[in-house]
Amino acid sequence: MKGVALLPDTASTFAQQVDLLFWFLTAVTVFFTLLIAGLVLYFAVRYRRGSTASRAGAKETDLRLEIGWSMIPLTVGLIVFVWAAKLYADAYGPPPDNALEVFVIGKQWMWHLQHPNGIRENNELHIPAGRPVKLTMISQDVIHSFFVPAFRIKRDVLPGRYNTVWFTPTKPGKYHLFCAEYCGTQHSRMIGWVYVMEPAEYEKWLASGGEARPGAVASGSGTMAGISTASLVQAGEQLYKQLRCNACHGATDGQRGPSHYGLFGKKVKLRDGTVVVADEAYLRESILRPLAKVVDGYEPIMPSYEGLLNEERTLQLIAYIKSLKKPVQTAEVKP
Amino acid sequence: MSVAVAKHGEVKHNYLNAGDTVLSWLLTTDHKRIAVLYLVSVTLFFAVGGLLALLIRLELLTPQGDLMTSENYNRVFTMHGVVMIFLFLIPAIPAVLGNFLVPLMVGARDLAFPRLNLASWYVYMAGGLIATWAMVNGGVDTGWTFYPPYSSSYSTSQVTLTIIGAFLIGFSSIFTGINFIVTIHKMRAPGLTWFRLPLFIWAHYATSVIIVLGTPVVAITLLLVAVERVFRLGIFDPALGGDPILFQHLFWFYSHPAVYIMILPAMGVISEVVACFSRKRVFGYHFVAFSSVAIAVIGFLVWGHHMFTTGQSVYAGMVFSLLSFLVAVPSAVKVFNWTATMYKGHIEFRAPMLYVMGFLGLFVIGGLTGLFLASLATDIHLQDTYFVVAHFHYIMVGGTIFGYLAGLHFWWPKMTGRMYPEGIAKLAALIIFAGFNLTFLPQFVLGYLGMPRRYHWYPEEWQMLHVMSSAGTALLGIGYILPVFYLLWSLRNGALAGPNPWGATGLEWKTDSPPITHNFEETPIVTEEPYAYENHHQQEEVASGTGASTAEA
Repeated sequence: MKGVALLPDTASTFAQQVDLLFWFLTAVTVFFTLLIAGLVLYFAVRYRRGSTASRAGAKETDLRLEIGWSMIPLTVGLIVFVWAAKLYADAYGPPPDNALEVFVIGKQWMWHLQHPNGIRENNELHIPAGRPVKLTMISQDVIHSFFVPAFRIKRDVLPGRYNTVWFTPTKPGKYHLFCAEYCGTQHSRMIGWVYVMEPAEYEKWLASGGEARPGAVASGSGTMAGISTASLVQAGEQLYKQLRCNACHGATDGQRGPSHYGLFGKKVKLRDGTVVVADEAYLRESILRPLAKVVDGYEPIMPSYEGLLNEERTLQLIAYIKSLKKPVQTAEVKP
Repeated sequence: MSVAVAKHGEVKHNYLNAGDTVLSWLLTTDHKRIAVLYLVSVTLFFAVGGLLALLIRLELLTPQGDLMTSENYNRVFTMHGVVMIFLFLIPAIPAVLGNFLVPLMVGARDLAFPRLNLASWYVYMAGGLIATWAMVNGGVDTGWTFYPPYSSSYSTSQVTLTIIGAFLIGFSSIFTGINFIVTIHKMRAPGLTWFRLPLFIWAHYATSVIIVLGTPVVAITLLLVAVERVFRLGIFDPALGGDPILFQHLFWFYSHPAVYIMILPAMGVISEVVACFSRKRVFGYHFVAFSSVAIAVIGFLVWGHHMFTTGQSVYAGMVFSLLSFLVAVPSAVKVFNWTATMYKGHIEFRAPMLYVMGFLGLFVIGGLTGLFLASLATDIHLQDTYFVVAHFHYIMVGGTIFGYLAGLHFWWPKMTGRMYPEGIAKLAALIIFAGFNLTFLPQFVLGYLGMPRRYHWYPEEWQMLHVMSSAGTALLGIGYILPVFYLLWSLRNGALAGPNPWGATGLEWKTDSPPITHNFEETPIVTEEPYAYENHHQQEEVASGTGASTAEA
């Protein structure tokens, strides 16, 4: 038996906050368990059959007691509820603006991670300490779940839908990455490592295209060296032109399709009058199932790209569309 | 089988000697005989589920998956879950103890629909045999939760067959639930008002309501998985245009209340036993009764707490979290009331009472660790880890199985006419308590460390905790085997029980042990509150062969 772990690593800001709540709940559990067990044992001995302890004044019910022991668990519960809900809203809410974005694709039975600058990793994630990291995740097959115990963070990775999660790593080190949602035969082998690096070291790692990997394990996982390090946006731009998206989506709203420039994060009015925010999920749906949400003022004429694009290429396209900002240099856009 | 002998020595008629052919058992409509059929069946399935658990714990002795392949490991834990939940935990107390006791406790001759009751056993057996057939012919590897699209589009195991089995078993519990509801409404003895009912009846009433309302939902949901799987009709798989989260909503809409289907009947048992061996009325009777109803109602509104990490909206998460904290309150109220029942009682340490005391401790731990999972921020970390595994085993084993064993020992004299041997029964209770805690306490730590559930391989640094857990399983196994032997032994060799060996109140103790086929010589008339122990002459010497109680008023 190698080593004995009794406490998990604590390596994110969220982990520290969750642990405080965890230990509070543990204290509550220990207190009430000892209280009930103590009372049961005490009564069992003191009021055992044949003991001479006085039974005078035994009651059958007592409204004050009933109210008291309803209110105590209710109060403790409400305190914990508010405390936990606040942390949850922060963790699953929108990330800070300076968050580093990483895309995650889960598939039976590996993790595929893409950095914005084009570095791709399998079952390994390199990130700098001290900076928020936002993961945008999707599954290529069944449901997976991205779980880093040292960060106390878990989020299911679903097929057909983006889920996001963010966290701020605090302590450089090497931490377990698990798939937490049962996904078939090799579920327990769908594991990897998260490397939290000092920012300077991380910059070196980035500059080397993911080669400089302290403590990296060989064989089967790691950065896919040799693969084009074109950034996600560059790859997306190439794809955008190849698929001739720009034929209909120009620098300004055109006859056949609305412009993508400055689109990301904006509110979009649809034909049925509803308003949606143009986030990753909206872009993905509009690429794969264009007729689901048609923009107000346009005909439902866009063909579906479902089956033509895998999750990786869809992410590249989205990364490119996200990069298109207003105001626009018209010279960049070729009809 | 034993035959009760009356004081004069002649063989008395009872439900056990009312016919001894195989057909007289297979075609019986006597609720007591059907209870015995269920007792034999659930015990067999419990043995199967227990052996599968043993295989899991053997495999997890080492971090490497070296005892069996990952394919087989996944099948083993799936079938452990399917067998234990659908074939043991859900039917155990209602279909065995409930079937036997509901008519006796309300002073009726039988359940309202005796043939429906027999049909429920046949449907249960059909479902159980189909599930067993699926197990033997390749097994199923989806986890008992059957999450699509894995179950509907990816698994190559016997998903459809297992779903058909689970679907049928669902109907057997619906039949039982309908029977209990109608019986409790329409067949109570004269004078037996709602607030004179034993709390066992209140608990079974609440359970039946959940069964009748919830089970059809899961039956349809599982059928939809089979439809998607067989006909490739897109319902849950996004590749076919479906929504996998929809499945989780529908599944947990039943499967969370199913937790209460499993625990409420055990709570009913605890109320009966704690009152009898404390020689006191259950403290706060009305609060204990209505807390069962509250659990049944609120329990239907908390399913989303299984889905905090799925991408469900933050606000939905908050609503489900709040409701989950609320549903904990009536359970806490029950625990406090049972504890208060012991205060100033006359406590007798019989095996059933030891199980009750074990239940109180373990259920408190099980319930409070549930708060970690109702609480949104901690659930993100603990969801789908061994913390969840440990938590629900504290409820399902520490709660339901302790309640079942308490009840089985408590009413064994009534069912068989014979006493079980007290010394070895107490020893078994202590072994089960120790083995259970050794098995599952380390799993809380494993979960906090981050050990995901359903893992065949695991990191080396967690081996020590897994070895402790597996050692506990061995002890637990011994504790489970003991009752099989001494209870069977007692059928011939146990001391004769007489009608009321515990000096207990309740109509079931006012007829012979074992009861006659029609339960009562004449319809009993109820004139007093339940658990009127203080009104009765205290019977100090009990349960010693000829110690038949004369506690009847």
